[in-house]
Amino acid sequence: MWKWLHPYAKGEATYRLLGLWQPWLSGLALIFVTVGLVWGLFYAPPDYQQGDSYRIIFIHVPSAMFSMGAYTGMAIAALIALVWQIRTAEWAIAAIAPVGATLTFVALFTGAVWGKPMWGTWWEWDARLTSQLILLFLYIGVLALYYAFNDARTGAKAAAILALVGVINVPIIHFSVYWWNSLHQGATITKFEKPSMPPEMLIPLLISIAGFLFLTAALITQRLRNEILKQELHRPWAMEKLGVEANDGV
Amino acid sequence: MNKASSWQLLSAVMRRDLAVALRRRSDVINPLLFVVIVVTLFPLAVGPGPDVLGRIATGVIWVAALLSSLLGSERLFRDDFLDGNLEQLVLSPAPLPFLALGKIVVHWLLSGLPLVILAPVCALLLKLPFEAWGTLMLTLLVGTPMLSAMTAVGAALTVSLGRGGALLSLLLLPLFIPLLIFAAAAVESTLVGTSAYGQVLLLAGLMLLTLTLAPLAVAAAIRVSVN
Repeated sequence: MWKWLHPYAKGEATYRLLGLWQPWLSGLALIFVTVGLVWGLFYAPPDYQQGDSYRIIFIHVPSAMFSMGAYTGMAIAALIALVWQIRTAEWAIAAIAPVGATLTFVALFTGAVWGKPMWGTWWEWDARLTSQLILLFLYIGVLALYYAFNDARTGAKAAAILALVGVINVPIIHFSVYWWNSLHQGATITKFEKPSMPPEMLIPLLISIAGFLFLTAALITQRLRNEILKQELHRPWAMEKLGVEANDGV
Repeated sequence: MNKASSWQLLSAVMRRDLAVALRRRSDVINPLLFVVIVVTLFPLAVGPGPDVLGRIATGVIWVAALLSSLLGSERLFRDDFLDGNLEQLVLSPAPLPFLALGKIVVHWLLSGLPLVILAPVCALLLKLPFEAWGTLMLTLLVGTPMLSAMTAVGAALTVSLGRGGALLSLLLLPLFIPLLIFAAAAVESTLVGTSAYGQVLLLAGLMLLTLTLAPLAVAAAIRVSVN
């Protein structure tokens, strides 16, 4: 497996591979997000209790899911960066963190907008809202540390350590905040039980979740490609790449 | 030259840290004064009535403790980084996490332990009901080692940055949240007359987990910062 994986530690190979994935991910993201959101926002039946305002779930739930998923991905990249000293993994941290932070912010914002008609308040010190807010702080911390150093390599390694410290703390924070207070409604989708949602609502939600997954992957891929190009600018392949693309543009 | 064992090196590092700190006492005392001053400000801001003060006392004392741990964090590695001692630690034959644990323990002796002793004074100023004093001190006793360990991780990460103060608070304060929640919950349950053992034991468990893992993170961070 190592023989197969190792070439991708090199910037150029990863850049090429991600370039192959990129159009597929973007296309799938476009299709799934459009279908999921149009179906969810216009055609799914209104909720018997919450009326039309429940429709924000089609944005809120996927972004909240992948805000945490992106953190896990970032922590895995951090582990790879620290253990095997692979530079591409260091850049992946910088590529994932802003995407994850944005998803976290979207989840918080849509949560606040949803909370206003449902709970009658923009912000409630509820467990999930609070741990999501803390997740946002953790993302900002990793980003701030990443860019705080003059030497980019030191910054990346420091951020990797912080991301790992954070990932050990995330369950503890999550659990402690839960224990502290909970008012949020229970999980809508559970794996083993019958979902508490009729299929007309569930299917667009699942499509939307898949769409956000592809969207997140596509954004991270693009950001990682840019980061690789930026870091390897002094290498012949990157110069050639940019030269060719510049000529195409003119 | 005879080879020193890891334990000898550990005790040398700890004795040196203690000696340095005791010769520059203001570095040790100022964060403690900070706590007392913050505690003094609250009654002036929200009024001296015992109903309000007693309710917020635990929170105020704990938040002041968290902030003061940030103030004292520079003392951990900054001077060692500047005069090259940190590099000596990295090069020493003893495992770096082991020495890092020693530095954490000394830091706790000089910042955490005095806070535990100072807690009754703060509790008195904030009119915390007397029956909760013991729990407050207990939470500080098991909570502050965790505080020292986490602070050491942050300090080691930012030691090579000239001014890491604001960044350090951004990195560390979110990680202190579980500590704050359980400590406040423990005192609260004493105040309503139930047992606080559950929360205190949880805190103790978290403290052991942190003291086990934090030295590894500190060592990794020192290696990154020194290079």
